Amino acid sequence: MYRFDFSVLGGNTLQILAEGMLVTLRITGTALAAGLVLGALLAVMRGSRSRSLAWIAAAYVNLFRSVPLVMVLLWFFLVVPQFLQGALGLSPTTDVRMASALVAFSLFEAAYFAEIVRAGIASVPGGQMDAARALGMPCLQAMRLVVLPQALRNMAPMIVTQAMVLFQDTALVYVSALADFFGRAYGIGERSGRIVEMLLFAGAVYFAICFALSLLARGLRSRAQR
Amino acid sequence: MYHWNWGVFFAPTGTGDTYLGWLLSGFGLTVALGLVAWVIALVLGIGVGVARTLPQRPVSILAAAYVELLRDIPLMVQLFTFYFVVPELLPAEMGMRVKRMNPLAQQFLAAAICLGLYTSARIAEQVRAGIGSLASGPRNSALALGLTLPQAYRHVLLPLALRIIMPPLSSEFMTVFKNSAVASMIGLLELAAQGRQLVDYTSQPYEAFIAVTALYLVLNMSALRVMRWVEARTRVPGFATVK
Repeated sequence: MYRFDFSVLGGNTLQILAEGMLVTLRITGTALAAGLVLGALLAVMRGSRSRSLAWIAAAYVNLFRSVPLVMVLLWFFLVVPQFLQGALGLSPTTDVRMASALVAFSLFEAAYFAEIVRAGIASVPGGQMDAARALGMPCLQAMRLVVLPQALRNMAPMIVTQAMVLFQDTALVYVSALADFFGRAYGIGERSGRIVEMLLFAGAVYFAICFALSLLARGLRSRAQR
Repeated sequence: MYHWNWGVFFAPTGTGDTYLGWLLSGFGLTVALGLVAWVIALVLGIGVGVARTLPQRPVSILAAAYVELLRDIPLMVQLFTFYFVVPELLPAEMGMRVKRMNPLAQQFLAAAICLGLYTSARIAEQVRAGIGSLASGPRNSALALGLTLPQAYRHVLLPLALRIIMPPLSSEFMTVFKNSAVASMIGLLELAAQGRQLVDYTSQPYEAFIAVTALYLVLNMSALRVMRWVEARTRVPGFATVK
């Protein structure tokens, strides 16, 4: 029978893990903000009357949604840095892993947020847009002041759920050996021979945070339905 | 200046294979992994989804806990747990047997079970929503006709619910292949991992990644085709589908 020994969590382990959690949260926060803005832009483009704009947005969303996140991250870790170094004349030792991760997650999440925003806009009755236009608002202003605020309320639960998925997905930066929460937990486990304990601990931390988020999403959903 | 060289796929790898062979074997593993996980997920997901709708409180609470646990932990953490932790916690003899398996079998087994369980939690939610959307009509009429509750599920509720949830189920089917890329993290040489290996061996990153991305698109579109066909065959006339 396996003998558990959680003493590996003593010393400064928790502090190292907390620093890793900051990296995780930084990626999550950046991708959430950038993904939402870009996603909203894509959603508006997709609904626009210009055929070519709508086509570009649809192609973007479909491409990113058919490829695994791991693949996108590999693209950004193995290919794009080389390209950037060539284009910007950076020395090969400049660490662009964090920047690559932020860009990769933001671009990837934008495709998913675009679909959420699109569904949110579709959930606002068309009369709202017509009424705002009839009052003399230009299209973008009507979108910003009338349609989007209502759409936001309807999509809040979905945004929280997607944020939770994103938070979980950040563990995949493991492909680049960027020291996020999971990478550090696994590293400590490997060095101390206590992989079992560290993996279970990491799982418990993720569970606690995501469970709280999933309760929040549920609360928002019942409020939106009222 | 970058040197494009698409001929690289036909170059020998040094182990008697071509790089194209590597890519295709990775593609095969991705397809196999996705399909095996899908079968596990479908069986378990339907079981747990039904359990969530049963009148027995302890059963439905247990099923809800199963879903919540699998949904709130990152897939990769679960996979590492299956690969590194579970063999340690198994009874000594079984654990040794697992650890003595050849690495490929060990990786594939861990990835297939883990991905199957993870996906089953998501399918369970869809099955629950599908059964929930039926309201009480079909259930009550089935019971009034003298069917027992298990019979009502088997002959009335499940056939209807499964056909109603076909659209979300199809997108889950495509997701399973995408999620299978996580198996590259424990060293399984599926499609994404082969792409990475190609970059290391050939120094032709663009060709390698374009080919891998294209293969994922092909896989995605084939899955979509299959599911469209199944959807068309199983649509229930007059029933709205659950989104």
